Amino acid sequence: MKRRDFLSLAALGAAAAAAPLRRADAAPKPVATSAHIVIVGAGAGGTALANRLVRRLDGARITIIDPRTTHIYQPGLTLVATGLKPADYVISDEARWLPNGVEWIQSRVAAVDAEAETVSTEDGTDIAYDWLVLAPGLVLDYGAISGFSEDLIGTNGIGALYGGPDAAARTWAAAQRFTEEGGRGVFTRPATEMKCAGAPLKHTFLIDDIARRAGNSDKLEMLYAAQNDTLFGVPIVSEKVRMLFEDRGIEPVYSHVLSAIDPGAKRATFATPEGSAEIDYDYIHVIPPQRAPDFIRSSGLSWADKWTDQGWVEVDMATLRHLRYPEIFALGDVAGVPKGKTAASVKWQVSVVEDHLVAAIDGREGTETYDGYTSCPLITRIGRAMLVEFDYHDNLVPSFPGMIAPLEELWISWLMKEVALKATYNAMLRGDA
Amino acid sequence: MKDLTFQTLIAVFEEIFGRWLFWAMVAAAVLVTLAYIYVLIRDRSVSWRKFLLAQLSMPVGAVAAVWFVMAMTHSHLSDIGGPVDVIVFLGVAVAGAVGMAIFVYTVEALLGSDRTKGDRA
Repeated sequence: MKRRDFLSLAALGAAAAAAPLRRADAAPKPVATSAHIVIVGAGAGGTALANRLVRRLDGARITIIDPRTTHIYQPGLTLVATGLKPADYVISDEARWLPNGVEWIQSRVAAVDAEAETVSTEDGTDIAYDWLVLAPGLVLDYGAISGFSEDLIGTNGIGALYGGPDAAARTWAAAQRFTEEGGRGVFTRPATEMKCAGAPLKHTFLIDDIARRAGNSDKLEMLYAAQNDTLFGVPIVSEKVRMLFEDRGIEPVYSHVLSAIDPGAKRATFATPEGSAEIDYDYIHVIPPQRAPDFIRSSGLSWADKWTDQGWVEVDMATLRHLRYPEIFALGDVAGVPKGKTAASVKWQVSVVEDHLVAAIDGREGTETYDGYTSCPLITRIGRAMLVEFDYHDNLVPSFPGMIAPLEELWISWLMKEVALKATYNAMLRGDA
Repeated sequence: MKDLTFQTLIAVFEEIFGRWLFWAMVAAAVLVTLAYIYVLIRDRSVSWRKFLLAQLSMPVGAVAAVWFVMAMTHSHLSDIGGPVDVIVFLGVAVAGAVGMAIFVYTVEALLGSDRTKGDRA
């Protein structure tokens, strides 16, 4: 090859590499307003939105209400619950993420009066708002599983990683014993909507892999209890998981919803279409039913005809704007949309809410829409994952089509989860991604 | 992934390494590159004597880079599962090799070793 040929090839290569890197459009001029925006919840959605709004609005009063002073990086909990990361990997100081100029009220919301446009906190303060963004997350309903209580996590072969860093670390203590001693492992998920429906699968795959690496796979009986007749909400992914389970020797049982647990006898009771069924376990991973916080339901903000036992906020699927109260938006887990209870979804939703909120303040109509984007780096063993991305229509929407195959177990997808995800999440919190 | 812009990438890298370490590493890479260009211009040619040691160091750089990435990410060679993984793997190795070669060449050209001292070609 002549040198000139080589150089033009190199230039082409460099151009191709640079092509996807579109420079962000110059920031639009901030909209001047004296509106009072109240954000309920300083989790992934509330924090990211606050950081974006302070840049988009000039003169607005922004109040964020959340009693918690620590921020939890929830996508990391599956790694803590398998001993791959320490508990403090997911913890940070909330104050570090909130922008200057935002008023932070460290209290719990008791009620929203959508007619009077006020929020009342549990310590009795009433806060009037012009615009309200509901991003309080969801509630883990442990009480719905009879015989279960949070202090059991980590004892009697019980794990429950959703409860936070401490629960995830205690889950690993119980799970680790199981990977060493063997027996029957039962992995459950609730029949309600839940955050990251991939997490129960990840936990199953990882525990199986850890036992396998320790040479204990012959001592293990792995049982995955699905809540209906699928293993994942997106049919093509469900089918792939079924194949992987077959390959790993993980036995699925369908339409088994955990209803009770007897820690002493290590016996779990499941509701099935044929009545209740009992399964003995040596290790059980419990994910309780998940619901909107009580104040959402008692304030009349939920869907009346959908998810009536769960109470998610009645919003438009595309704009996340409340269908009866246009000055209210919902963001993240609490939003009553069919998909989207992951941090990656929040990343998409934040810019949609930002767009419609700022446009409305400016007297315009917003244009951005949310199409249900949800992403899950579905870990299938330590070192490999499938980068599953999908939308409302159960279509796969790969970010890197032709490069990163969504249904293939790849090292690069693991690298994304292990290295890039938390960094991307933090950049999102700061409003930079 | 949404809107993979240059700013997003910078923000993500800042988060991975921390703002100071990231920019320190960028500065170090820029410095080594500038020094490399400086010695090339100064010497007006590539010294094949210096390049020999640089070349010999390349496999060391490749192995070190791969080892570093594998160790930092709980990964093993057996995790490579598809073509894109092979590309990433080779990319890490090549980056390590080239980085090491440039670094060794530059250090040798700036400080000089007994073998190449006074060498201008």
